[in-house]
Amino acid sequence: MEYDHILIRYGELGLKGKNIKLFINQLQRNLKGALRQFPNVNITRTQGRMFVVLNGEDPQLVMDKCKNVFGISSLSLAIKVDNNEEAIKAGALAAIQQSDGVKTFKVAVRRAYKGFPIGSQEMNQRLGGHILRHTENITVDVHEPDVEVRVDIRQKATYITSTVVPGLGGLPVGTDGKTSLLLSGGIDSPVAGYLMMKRGLDLEMIHFHSPPFTSERAKQKVIDLTKVLASYGTGKIKMHIVPFTTLQQEIFKQLPERYGMTVMRRVMVKISEMISNNRRILSLTTGESLGQVASQTMASMNVINEVTNLPVLRPLIALDKDEIITHSKEIGLYDISIRPYEDCCTIFVPKAPITNPKREKVNALEAKVDFSHLIEEAVQNTEAIIIDAAEEDHEFDDLL
Amino acid sequence: MIYLDNSATTRPEESVIASFKQVSEKYYGNPSSIHQLGGQVETLQAKARTQAAQLLNIEADEVVFTSGGTESNNLAIKGIALQHQNRGKHIITTEIEHAAVYDTCKSLEQLGFHVTYLPVNEAGVVQIKDVQSAMTDETILVSVMHVNNEAGSIQPIEEIGAIVKQYPKAYFHVDAVQSLGKLPIHIKAAHIDLCSFSGHKINGLKGTGMLYVKKGTSLFPLFHGGGQENMLRSGTENVAGNVSFVRALRLIIQKENERPDHFKKLMSALRESLDKIEGVFINSPEQAAAHIVNVSVVGLKPEVVIHALYERGIVLSTQSACSSKDLDESRVLAAMHLPRERTISGLRISLGYHNTMEEIETFVDIFKNEVTQLRKIMRDI
Repeated sequence: MEYDHILIRYGELGLKGKNIKLFINQLQRNLKGALRQFPNVNITRTQGRMFVVLNGEDPQLVMDKCKNVFGISSLSLAIKVDNNEEAIKAGALAAIQQSDGVKTFKVAVRRAYKGFPIGSQEMNQRLGGHILRHTENITVDVHEPDVEVRVDIRQKATYITSTVVPGLGGLPVGTDGKTSLLLSGGIDSPVAGYLMMKRGLDLEMIHFHSPPFTSERAKQKVIDLTKVLASYGTGKIKMHIVPFTTLQQEIFKQLPERYGMTVMRRVMVKISEMISNNRRILSLTTGESLGQVASQTMASMNVINEVTNLPVLRPLIALDKDEIITHSKEIGLYDISIRPYEDCCTIFVPKAPITNPKREKVNALEAKVDFSHLIEEAVQNTEAIIIDAAEEDHEFDDLL
Repeated sequence: MIYLDNSATTRPEESVIASFKQVSEKYYGNPSSIHQLGGQVETLQAKARTQAAQLLNIEADEVVFTSGGTESNNLAIKGIALQHQNRGKHIITTEIEHAAVYDTCKSLEQLGFHVTYLPVNEAGVVQIKDVQSAMTDETILVSVMHVNNEAGSIQPIEEIGAIVKQYPKAYFHVDAVQSLGKLPIHIKAAHIDLCSFSGHKINGLKGTGMLYVKKGTSLFPLFHGGGQENMLRSGTENVAGNVSFVRALRLIIQKENERPDHFKKLMSALRESLDKIEGVFINSPEQAAAHIVNVSVVGLKPEVVIHALYERGIVLSTQSACSSKDLDESRVLAAMHLPRERTISGLRISLGYHNTMEEIETFVDIFKNEVTQLRKIMRDI
């Protein structure tokens, strides 16, 4: 007997009142997207739970994919058996045998279906005895067992699970529309995107590309980061690549060096807002963390934020760099983020950028130059590509 | 020609050669160069590394490409010894290791290291209790091969790994050159810290190979310079070689999965026939790996048999090709406590995936004929 399905429990979703259907439908869609590469799996629902029926697919591989989907509070590999004592015994034993390194266990029977003839206490004892008789070197520990075999007797069938794996929590990606993530290629912005996805937002990426100051490797880096993030969402993310070379050069040529970066940021936000408006996206997200660099002081943010009316979401605003790095590693972004290529934010950086800019001063400086046509041009020439997490890269296959 | 010397080296797969050629022609850039050609080559090599890791169930940054088995063994053993000598100067290995391990350990004795060479039983297998009792607080490295190259005996690496694991200062190195693609190697389950592989033993090219280096294991490099291969092996990467190695690795593991009984079938037929030939003794144990069998034709110099067989289109070898220059008895067969008449007359028949049952039958006929005739001549003289 092997695990034949995965039991998905969704926590916070249970609190969402009338909208619950919407959330559950989105979760099911996202799971389906995440499991595209397993054609045999089936996703079904009963009250309050979702089941991924494996139909022969590898339990662990499917489990690994499910674990990355937001909106799940916990998951368990499970065995479904008929409502009779022998079948339940066999299932409980199999659940123990498929867990590695078990020394102690306990059995917890829940008899939701009262039509089942044996009481839950009595079942606990019978199942515990059955497991002890058919295994070696395993004992019962009701307080801190290595494995708790949960037996859930329901009307139509009994579900047996052993380990409970925590899910990522949060809300299913896509339940609250999209946000535009300003993605540079550093450590912070992708983590910011991840955190907004966790609250149910889908992402579109906006990346500023300045060849030859930034390289193809830098562009590949943001594509790879986007692939990682896409695997946590619906599997696909749209990325807008803004050609930024001319504009960036003009900004630093025409403005006093110290203000170059402030104005560059304002232009980036302006362009991002225009792209978002075209895409009917209602917010921007950045990886800013208060005080981390010159552009992320309160004064700088005040000046930069002036150019947009969209909410700018800054989920990292109160996090320390160490905390962001920890997140980055856990999500699987870090090794990509530290590839040493220059991005649009690290080129032309003045030696002493202003940390305390004023709105009046910056507006006065900008009034002397007109970037509007260059901005229009950049938006028009922005290239949009779809990044697909499941798309395998077949380049070089003929060599390997 | 019937090629039965696959443990000496193998014929490279055509597609492996093609891969080497294509990479050499098209992706000749230096992966460390920042221009786009360099970038492409870097991506190609990263992909090769990831693929090797997936095939061996390890992480990509645990793959160190080398020039082959000898370099991998040297890097593992000297690397640990030099880096960790302040923790202890004791190394444990076996009497039946390949020269690339055995002589490397010998060389470290000159630098003040103490080496224990564990004996083997009649079946050519190290005893767990010997490993256990050789371990000391000074032990920094245990190096045991997976499959012996002369006799084919399989060492209990999972059990040895479990022992070494109990000594936090000691690293565990496995020379898996002869087992790759023939026997499953569970690197993680056997608690291996370092594992050597060679390309030309798996239908890849000479000058290619890799060393598995478990994350967090620090080694003193043999080559210093540009810091390639995670600072462990400086020198511009042999990208064409590395890519071709990974292709050979993929192909051999594919064959291993698709034809799990290939060697067993050929070997049981071969051993059964060899057993019936008068004057021929099988030196390999019953439980040896199914692609190697060592036999002695007592009273005949092995070179004579090899030359006679070559005349008839059959290729096999004596001892290990790398040490054939020593005219002495086989160190491995001697360690197995075989009588001298057999330790000086060992012949090794080693199979590959291309060998067929027909070839085995033909070989046995010719071998029987030649041996009978040669023995008759020797008697008459």
